[in-house]
Amino acid sequence: MVSRWFQKHIYVFFLLPGLVLYAVFMVYPLTSALGFSLFSWDGLVRGAFSGLDNFRTVLRQAPYNIRFWNALKHNTVFFIITFVLQSTLGLFLAVLFTRQRKGYGLLQTLFFMPYTLSMAVVGFLWLLLLNPTWGAFNKALRLVGLGHWAQPWLGQTETALYTVIMVNAWRWLGFPILVFKAGLQGISEEFHEAARVDGANGWQVFRYITLPLVMPTIGMVTILTFIWIFNTFELVFVMQGSSGNPYYSTDILGTFFYRTAFGDSTTGGEPGQIGIASAIAILMFLIVAAVSYFGVRLIQHSEVEY
Amino acid sequence: MMHNRSTVFKRWLVEGAIYLLLIILAFIFVYPIFLMIITAFKPTREIFMDPFGLPKVWSLETFVKVWQRAHFNTYFLNSVSVTLVSTVLVLTCSSLAAYALSRYQFRLSSFFYMFFLAGIMIPIRLGILPLFLLMRDLNLLNTHWSLILTYAASGMPMSVFLLTGFFRTIPKDLEYSARIDGCSELQIFYRIMLPLVRPGLATVTIVNFVPWWNDFFFPLLFIQSDHLKTIPLGMTIFFGQFMTDWGMLFAGMVIASVPLLVLYLAMSRQFISGLTAGALKG
Repeated sequence: MVSRWFQKHIYVFFLLPGLVLYAVFMVYPLTSALGFSLFSWDGLVRGAFSGLDNFRTVLRQAPYNIRFWNALKHNTVFFIITFVLQSTLGLFLAVLFTRQRKGYGLLQTLFFMPYTLSMAVVGFLWLLLLNPTWGAFNKALRLVGLGHWAQPWLGQTETALYTVIMVNAWRWLGFPILVFKAGLQGISEEFHEAARVDGANGWQVFRYITLPLVMPTIGMVTILTFIWIFNTFELVFVMQGSSGNPYYSTDILGTFFYRTAFGDSTTGGEPGQIGIASAIAILMFLIVAAVSYFGVRLIQHSEVEY
Repeated sequence: MMHNRSTVFKRWLVEGAIYLLLIILAFIFVYPIFLMIITAFKPTREIFMDPFGLPKVWSLETFVKVWQRAHFNTYFLNSVSVTLVSTVLVLTCSSLAAYALSRYQFRLSSFFYMFFLAGIMIPIRLGILPLFLLMRDLNLLNTHWSLILTYAASGMPMSVFLLTGFFRTIPKDLEYSARIDGCSELQIFYRIMLPLVRPGLATVTIVNFVPWWNDFFFPLLFIQSDHLKTIPLGMTIFFGQFMTDWGMLFAGMVIASVPLLVLYLAMSRQFISGLTAGALKG
């Protein structure tokens, strides 16, 4: 009897290990972060319920508010530049790669290569390549006669953020190219032929047939890019330190959160502020959740059928 | 004739221009990696004097130094064991759960499916503070288990999602005939079902394995002892210590990157389809 009941309900035992693992080490931390943000904290000890005080601190009280808006601005710039790059250059390359030509397989493999590197390696590699005295990058500029462009790319407030963004794009771009390409290949050839029979030229076929059909893929990649950029931390931490040097010009939400939660190692000072850091994490979550929700809705609405 | 000489010539010109453009761009993507690898074979003096040339002597000396003196042998082993155990754990848990959700009819099965799926877009690091305190309370801080459990848990949503899709494509008849032949439910699972979703298991492995091998966010927060550090974290420490010895820095980066680069070049098709799988199905 016992064994028959067991055989019949065995799915419970199949489901259980994964469910427990996921619930304890992912769902519980994510949901209790909200609770954390509603209390005042003394070091690692939870104090009294404080309502939205931590949120008020982040959004209104100096220096937190200055750092928060500053970091949010940098994340936004980071996202916009990456988005523009991947939806123009990335999409263009994906379209080129859908044509079957000799050697394209190899070229495609090369574009994706940086994506397999650790962010730590990417950060350190470019830190050394961009070193103002010994780095290969400025030396290469001098070699091709662009020596007047050589500068301490990561050391100036005007160029540091853009340099980090470009380094990230260098690692990242292979991913959207391949996803776009897969999306493009999913489009039936009939649509293109029908349009060509109707007398559409190459650009018109792309603009009115291909682009609308590949839009859901572009939208999905855009959302993933957004989520990723609004949580990233490694590249800035490795290249510019936990306070986004110089003068917070590369500070992003990820590093701002890290400093607030675990203390600022660069100034050797303050211990972590768990309540305030949790409020930052919740704000980051809200931004990511809102954008992905409306993004997915938008994709569903824009889906076309022919 | 449609294809007179000048149109053929024009087409050749366009194709050639596209090739040239692609090669220049591919060069930008690959040359820094190439430079990293050749630089690792040079002594520091030569790196500064001649950054672009091939090494005068291909010496493995720096690699040996980094491997032994800078504890990269330990870091490497730690990375291998953490990634390996996490992968086995997530494969076991997610294939069992996905099997239960796709092959058995029960109340709440679609609820649990959505419950797993809810985590797909949410980055686990937003829960890092509660997770950190949980690890502390479980006495898991500064152990490899803190990393393994975090990785496996965060890998569940995507893995369950992908594997459920694979299990659903298997015809029901197979299961029925196995049951008639007297197989137990567990035997059906691992003798019949699991081999059929092997491509799915490969995808799940790649999706998870790559970011875990490369991760240094969680080790940075969870691991303090030097002998427990993984390669990306060990490298960060190493960079602080040897900032002026560029030969060693480059050798360290190469050791950290070579395993995945080699795997990628050996099976790039599986890598690409694995790593883009999540984005396409979402």
